[in-house]
Formats: sequence, structure tokens, C-alpha cells
Amino acid sequence: MMVTPEGWEAVIGLEIHVQLNTATKMFCGCPVSFGDVPNTNVCPLCLGHPGTLPAMNEKAIEYATRIGLALNCTISPHSIFHRKNYFYPDLPKGYQISQYDLPLAVDGHLDVELEDGSILRVGVTRAHLEDDAAKLVHAGGVDGRIAGADYSMVDFNRGGTPLVEIVSEPEIHTPEQARAYLTQLKSLLEALEVSDVNMEEGSLRCDANISVHRPGTPFGTRTELKNMNSFRFLQRGLEAEIERQISALERGEEIVQETVHFDTGSGKVSTLRSKEEAHDYRYFPEPDMVPIELSAEYVEKVRAGLPELPAARKERYMRDYGLSPYDAGVLSANRPLAAFFERLSTQTGEAKLAANWVMGDFSGYLNAQGLEVKDSAVSVEALAELLGLLAAGTLSGKMAKDVFAAMVETGKGAPELVAERGLGQISDTGELETMVSELIAANPGPAEEYRQGRDRVLGFFVGQIMKQTRGQANPQLLNELLRKALAGSSPDN
Amino acid sequence: MMLDSHSLTAHECRRLLAVGEATSEEITAALLDRVKAVEGRVGAFLQVDEEGALAQARAVDAKRPEERSPWEGVPIAVKDILCTRGVETTCGSRILKGYIPPYDATVVRLLKEAGLVILGKLNMDEFAMGSSTENSAYQVTRNPWDLERVPGGSSGGSAAAVAAGEAPWSLGSDTGGSIRQPASLCGVVGMKPTYGAVSRWGLIAFASSLDQVGPFARTVQDVAALLDLIGRRDPNDQTSLGLPTPIAVPRGESLAGRRFGIIKEYLGDTIQPGVRRIFEQAVEALEALGGRCCEVSLPSVERGLAAYYIIAPAECSANLARFDGVRYGHRAHKAETLHEMYTRTRSEGFGPEVKRRIMIGTYALSSGYYDAYYAQAQRTRTLIIRDFQKAFAEVDLLISPTSPTVAFRLGERTADPLTMYLSDLCTIPVNLAGLPGLSLPAGFADGLPVGLQIIGPHFSEQMMLDAAYALEQRLQVSTRPPLDVTPAKEVG
Amino acid sequence: MISRSEVEHVARLARLRFEEQEIALLQQELSSIIDYINQLQELDLTGVPATAHAVNVVNIFRLDEPRACLTQEEALANAPATERGHFLVPRMG
Repeated sequence: MMVTPEGWEAVIGLEIHVQLNTATKMFCGCPVSFGDVPNTNVCPLCLGHPGTLPAMNEKAIEYATRIGLALNCTISPHSIFHRKNYFYPDLPKGYQISQYDLPLAVDGHLDVELEDGSILRVGVTRAHLEDDAAKLVHAGGVDGRIAGADYSMVDFNRGGTPLVEIVSEPEIHTPEQARAYLTQLKSLLEALEVSDVNMEEGSLRCDANISVHRPGTPFGTRTELKNMNSFRFLQRGLEAEIERQISALERGEEIVQETVHFDTGSGKVSTLRSKEEAHDYRYFPEPDMVPIELSAEYVEKVRAGLPELPAARKERYMRDYGLSPYDAGVLSANRPLAAFFERLSTQTGEAKLAANWVMGDFSGYLNAQGLEVKDSAVSVEALAELLGLLAAGTLSGKMAKDVFAAMVETGKGAPELVAERGLGQISDTGELETMVSELIAANPGPAEEYRQGRDRVLGFFVGQIMKQTRGQANPQLLNELLRKALAGSSPDN
Repeated sequence: MMLDSHSLTAHECRRLLAVGEATSEEITAALLDRVKAVEGRVGAFLQVDEEGALAQARAVDAKRPEERSPWEGVPIAVKDILCTRGVETTCGSRILKGYIPPYDATVVRLLKEAGLVILGKLNMDEFAMGSSTENSAYQVTRNPWDLERVPGGSSGGSAAAVAAGEAPWSLGSDTGGSIRQPASLCGVVGMKPTYGAVSRWGLIAFASSLDQVGPFARTVQDVAALLDLIGRRDPNDQTSLGLPTPIAVPRGESLAGRRFGIIKEYLGDTIQPGVRRIFEQAVEALEALGGRCCEVSLPSVERGLAAYYIIAPAECSANLARFDGVRYGHRAHKAETLHEMYTRTRSEGFGPEVKRRIMIGTYALSSGYYDAYYAQAQRTRTLIIRDFQKAFAEVDLLISPTSPTVAFRLGERTADPLTMYLSDLCTIPVNLAGLPGLSLPAGFADGLPVGLQIIGPHFSEQMMLDAAYALEQRLQVSTRPPLDVTPAKEVG
Repeated sequence: MISRSEVEHVARLARLRFEEQEIALLQQELSSIIDYINQLQELDLTGVPATAHAVNVVNIFRLDEPRACLTQEEALANAPATERGHFLVPRMG
């Protein structure tokens, strides 16, 4: 955790690019798909051939509207597209079709829960649609970076994928807050089912605008930190850039408005583009597209179709399942985990037990193996069976953990493993009663001691039964039966 | 049998095929012979697809007549601005030399579906920027009425081919007058439809908010039929609406009660006296047919040229950014860096007029100038639209000369871009307002064709064609240029 | 008169390059065109909305349904330079 030096404050605004998981690209019918043979999900339009025209994907509009609504934005009744002009080999038309002064969604906010439990409300300036660039591979040179590459290769499979860019207000002040904002936004987008939100694969990308100043004085000159492709790098990149700016200012240097790149290897930031290449995007309204006018009815229809969002889910878990705010928060933030929990809870009828297991052993197993919920070797049904044995007293807590580990390893069900290993607890009252009365009869001395008030002697009897049953007697039931039998065996009675 | 290529209008071809008097192969061969005979002088075609056309014609002939659709087997030629799958499409530019489109423009697909035989691709000003076809990177096209003069532009090849009898009809495109002005200068009928009537998919963009594909022919009936074939809504073009109703072949010869507005602003000194005289005769003819003509004023059209020379270059500066040497077309040799490759590719690939307009457009959009130029031009556009709306509350159709002058000499205006731009004075406001415009041969001044422009409200194409047909029947203007008596001297 | 450095700046934005004598000519030509289009500056168009499209339509959408793509061979057929199924471009800079 970084502590901003005394007397300085960082001002951070985040620009998040979200790739939508529509079936087809924004303006043509080519599939949105990853990892295919290069330049096979392409057509004349997404290769920027002359004479081609964009045909707007209806689903992308719907997804962008969902995102806008989930971020508490106003959905613009009239929005249009602009051309953003610049030359780059990943941009086949020489311009990007984006939104400029009339974006689809404006003026929203996201309430971010920080680690200390407090809430930071971050304003969302806008959320707008645009088309994604193609993939550039830099070849030759040392490490596949732009600098030093001999040539570059372009694959247009990704080009034209619909993107929503979410721009925050500069209301974030620490790298931790930035990370919390992105975490919250990611779980929100996951819940909306509009994107794969995978930072490593690039379906969620984050750029940051950063400046530092002394509180009470005007904002400093900001720099743009590009493409941090993991939560960890976002935090480390911001830390490095804030430190760089503060130490530069403290040395009396000026901050230059520029784009900087965080090098994950060295942990340092370096300039990505020279100032000479200052951009003049020459925005103007895209004449090949007609305006989008979303009616109030349309917006309400999309709103009604929104899935439950994490904040609402958390409330419901606390209210309906009696979970603690912490447990409810953890479970509701991750949509697949939440769904798993809810099904487990329904199947076992034991919400708290289900919550403990999902957050405990189950999550531990997923994390240890780096798996997603959907890849788990243990299904909801299998885990429900295990928890059923636990709730019925067939297994102790300790035994259940062992069985779970075995389930993960072997893929077998709990009942099968219990039978195989002879693990079932003896919870048969009759069988235990016989063993208890035989034991008391054989040990009149200790029984008398117990009746004299020496409770500790109970442990002797428990130990003996456990020895006989190789530890499989249900401890709770055994205790109960022993107490009853010892009391009842009094010769005075 | 001997077929006179000039009498082969599209309707005549259709009749010959229907009654079995000629085969599609015979008609196609006759036109290809005509092309061979005159191309050396006219230079309308960038590419003649002799083999493909004859093969297609034979395929039509192999079908039984009752299996054929109405226009099946009738030949056509198209401007090289339209993408043709598997056939080189250059847009008159060096930067697209060798470009083989992987797809057909929607209008080309419609022609193929209707069974038309495509003869080849027609010359044009590079990227449709020009009014004389002299900006083609490949060749000069000459006016069939006077080989020392330009055919107009940018669709000069489309107009000249039809005027010279090399094709019954053709397709061109019109951004500021590029169909109507060459139609006027070459003495043929040309029509720019309402913006949105015809799909732009596969039309290589010059200025997207102004471009529209349209027909050329020697008769109004042929223009009407071709417009009907191509005026379809297309899901590939968001701005396409299609024609609201099919176009009927015009037949009526009276204009009783039709109100015509003479645009006052186009009667000034910029109009050549000979052109004005023919225009006045056309007005008299309209009145003789029962039409009522009066002067109307559209004050803002005088700002049209200025607005156009902001909007069109601005849009073209973006539309032409895709020509970067990465995916198709020309790439400069031995460029070591990306920036060098871009700059050299584009500097070598584009001609001077295209570069000039990219420069104007880039300048007008660059930071600090957007409001002063582009936004102001778009507001001027609104004023022009309002003026037209006001006029159409008073009259049914508007008329003016199509071009202020007859065809000018080759090379006469190439030195001064602004004089060249003035060729489109009367046609540009029509594109800015998205209206349909038609040029009809109205007579001759000094032996050179003069066209009458008819402008109608949005989607009034039927009314315009009906009026044009009635006037055409009345005027009986010759559409046969004196090409055949010109010594058959081969010109490079 | 548009300055030489303005011409050079705009040319750079447009990825065009001109020879020495071309720049002088362009300065003149662009200046006369810009003088001409500057007549629009005289108009008071306060309150007049801008027209981007001459035909008023909104909300033209396409269903999110896949269509056939080009093959890699077709996609690269027109490319000036290719490498392992990609379009090849010179190094950045």
C-alpha cells in the first residue's frame, strides 16, 4: 500500500474500455471471437475496403444502454457518432467511429466500497460506443515491443468489435481507490452479461489520467497512463506515475502533458509518444450513420430486463439469508460465485453453511487451482450432498473437509467416498446406547466419580467409546447419551 | 443483321430481344464494335470486359425467352467508382491501380440480378473530384460532340460513352453535379436521385452526405427504367431509403397545370448567352405544353458553392484516409518507417486535385477551425434546404440551366481550381439539400449541347421524369453527335 | 494568406508531402479557396441548426446475426505485403 507523501494529493480519472460480447462486430456481421486464425473473421467493411458503409448492431446499442443504466446515467434521447481521424495500421478506415459531444449515456456514478467499509461515490462523466482497433504484432527486435521492432503485422479479426468507453470524473485519489473502482465496475459488468471482462485477454482495458497537486491549489498537468492489463499493474502503474510526478515537481521540474507507459518488468514509467505527435483528431459527425433516438419506452424496457446488480444482491443476501455484510458482499460481487451459492443454499436449505463453504473450502480450491466457478470439478449437486451428510451428522466438520479434498482429487461423490473409507459417523442411537451401558457397567468406579460431580471423568468414557469406534461416533450424540446413562445408572435412584 | 449502335436505346434492345429480332450476343457485339471504332477518339472506358460481356450475353441467349426477366441481356457500362467483384476498380486513381474488389456494389448486384450485361468500367475524375474528367490518372476522355472539348465530370466517361453510342445507358455518381453537368455537356439525359433513393454500398465515397448513384441514357424513358432498377432500400446503407414506389415509364405529353419555378439566381452574368437562349426556349416549350412558369428566388443558393467547398473536402479528407498502402492499392517502395510509407504512398498515389481537396478538408476540420468552417457550412446547408422548401410550397418543380456554359476546351480550366469549381454552380445546392435533379438535352449553342436542369422535392422522381419526357418529345433534340463524320484519326 | 508552416502542418496531418515549388503554389491556391469560402463567416447563422443529413431518418439498426466472412486468402489478396497470414507494415516511426 502506497502512502501519498505529506502535502500532495493525486487526482485520477479512469477511462475503461469494455469489449462487448455481442455475436457480431459493431458494423458488420463478422463474428466477435478470439484466438482464431488471423484475418479470417473479416469482411470488406472491417478491412476498410473502399465503398463499404457501417451497419449498426442493435445489440451493441442495447448493451451500451444496459451499462449506462447500471451506472445510473441518463440515456440520451438523441445521440450521434463522430469520426475521430488519425493514421495507424490497426485503424483500417483512417478514422475511428466514436461518440464525441452527444454520447449515448451521461452523468452517472458508481458507489465504490473501499476496504475500510466506507463508500466512495465516483462520478461517471459518460459511457459511449465506438469500434475497436485491430491487433498489431510487433515482430523482430528484442521483446516484441514497438521500440526496436523491425516490422509489424496486422490481424483484423478484433477490428470492429463493439466497445463501450466509460469515463470517470477525476474523483479518485489513490491507487487503491482506483483498484476498488475497477473491481466494482468489473463485477457490475459481469452481472450485466455484456462482456467477458477479462483484463488479460483485453476485453476490459484501463487507461488513467493522473495529475498531482497540493490540496487547495489548482490541478496539476496530467499525463495519460495507457493499457494496464491487470489489477495489479493498474495499482503499481499508478503508484509509479504518482511518485514520478511528485518527485519531478519537488525537484522543480515541470510535468509534460504526454502519454506514458508502465513497464511491468522494471516497474518504471516511460514516455510512449513524443509531444511532437500531439493529436488533432478533427472530429466531425459521421455522415454514414443516422442519429440514435432511444425512446423512454425503450429505455424502460432495457431497465426492466436488467439482471440483479451486485449492490442489490448484497442487500438481499443480508435480508433473506441473514448473512453478515462482509459475507454478503464477498458472495454478491462475483456473479458466478453468487449463482453457485444460491443454488447450493436452495439445495441444502442451509444458507449460512452454504455461504461458509462457498467462501471457504470451495473458493480456496478454485483459487489454488486458478479455476473459474464454471470449471470446478465439484458441482453444486455434489457439494450439496456433502453438506447434507455434514448437516445430518454423518460427517464431522473435519471429516467433511477431508472428503471435499478427496472429491476434488478423485471426482467421486461424497457418499461413495464415505462408504469407501468407512467414514460414516455412528449416529445410530440404539447402537451407541448399548456400547455406553456396557462401558458403564464395566467401569463402576469412574461412573461413581462422575456422579460425585467430577465432570472431567466424562472425557474418559468418551475416549473409550471413540477408541472402540475408531473415532466415528457422533460426538454430540455420544455426549448426550453418556450424560443420560451416567445419571440414570445411580444406585440411589 | 446490322445494328446501328446509336439507335440501340435500352428500350429498343429490350424490344429486339423480346421479339427475337436480335440476340443479346448480337447487340453486345455491335456495341463492342462501336467501342472499338470510337474509343481511340473518345476514351470513355478505362476497361472493356469483352470476354465477360459476350459470355454473359450468350448465357442470356441460351435461356428461353419466357425465363428471362425484362431487361435481361441488355448491355450497360458503369463508372469506375463502383466496386465490381473480381474486376479492377480504380476510381480513376493511381492509388487504386490493380485493386480487385472482393464484393459488388449494391447497384452492380442489382444490375447483375436483372440480367444486364456489363460492358466495362468508365473513366472519371480521380475520386470523382473534378468537372472535366481531366483529373483521371489514366486517360483523357473527349466530348463526342467536339473532340477538343471536355465531356464534363466527374462522370465524363459515363456521359461520353452513352453520347457516343458505346452503351445504351450507364451509371454515374453525383456529389455536386457529377451526373448532371456531364449529361448537359454531352447532350444526354442524366439524373441524380433523391439522397437515399439509391444505395451507396460499394460506391467509393467522395463526400458521404452528398454522394448519390444515378443513371445516364439518351432517352428519358431509359433513365426512368434504370432508376427503377437501382432505387432500392439496402440494409448495408443506413442512409438508404429506396424509392417509395416503382417508377412508371413516362408516356404523357401534356404538362397542363404543372407549375415551374425559374431560379432567379441562375439567370445572372455567369450564364453564357447561348445557354440562356436555349434555356428561354425551353421555358417557352414548357408553357406551350400547358406548364405555368414563374420566377422564384432562392437567395441562399449563392452560398452553396462556398458551403460545398467546405463540406465535400472535409468529408473526403476522412474518406480518403483509408488509402494508406496497408490493405490494398498502391504502396511506395522501400519506405523504411510507417510514417514514411504513409506519406510517400499517398503523395505518389493521389493526383493534385485530390491532394488539394484533402488539404482544404483537413485544414477546415483541424483544431480551432471546426466551428468557423464545417459547422458554419452545415448551418448554411439548413438555409438552402429552407429556401427550397419555401419554393416548393409555390411551385411543383424548379428549373435552371444545368451548367453555366457549354463544354469547354481541354486544358482551359485546369490551371485555376476556382473557375473549374464554378462549373457546378447550379447543381451543387441540389446535393446540399438532398434533392433529385435531372439534366435534359434542351438544344445547342454553337453546335454544343445545352442541358436544362429540373429539380424536384424529395422523392418526386416520377413527376420530374414525366415532365422531362413531355419536354423531350416536344423539343426533339438530336442525341446523335457528329462522331461518324469526324475523320477516324486515332488519338492517344 | 495561409502560411507555409500551416501548409506543412496540415500536410503532415493528412500524411502528404509536397515539393518545394508545390508548397508555394499550394499556399496561393489554398488561400484563394479559403478566401472564397470565408464568405460564410459574414453570415449571421445564430440559432440556425446544422444539417448533417439531407434526409431525416433515425435508428437504422442491424440484427446481431453473423454473416459469411472472407477467407484469409481473399482478405490478403489485395495486400501490398503480407507475412504469416497478416498484413505487413514497416516499423513504427
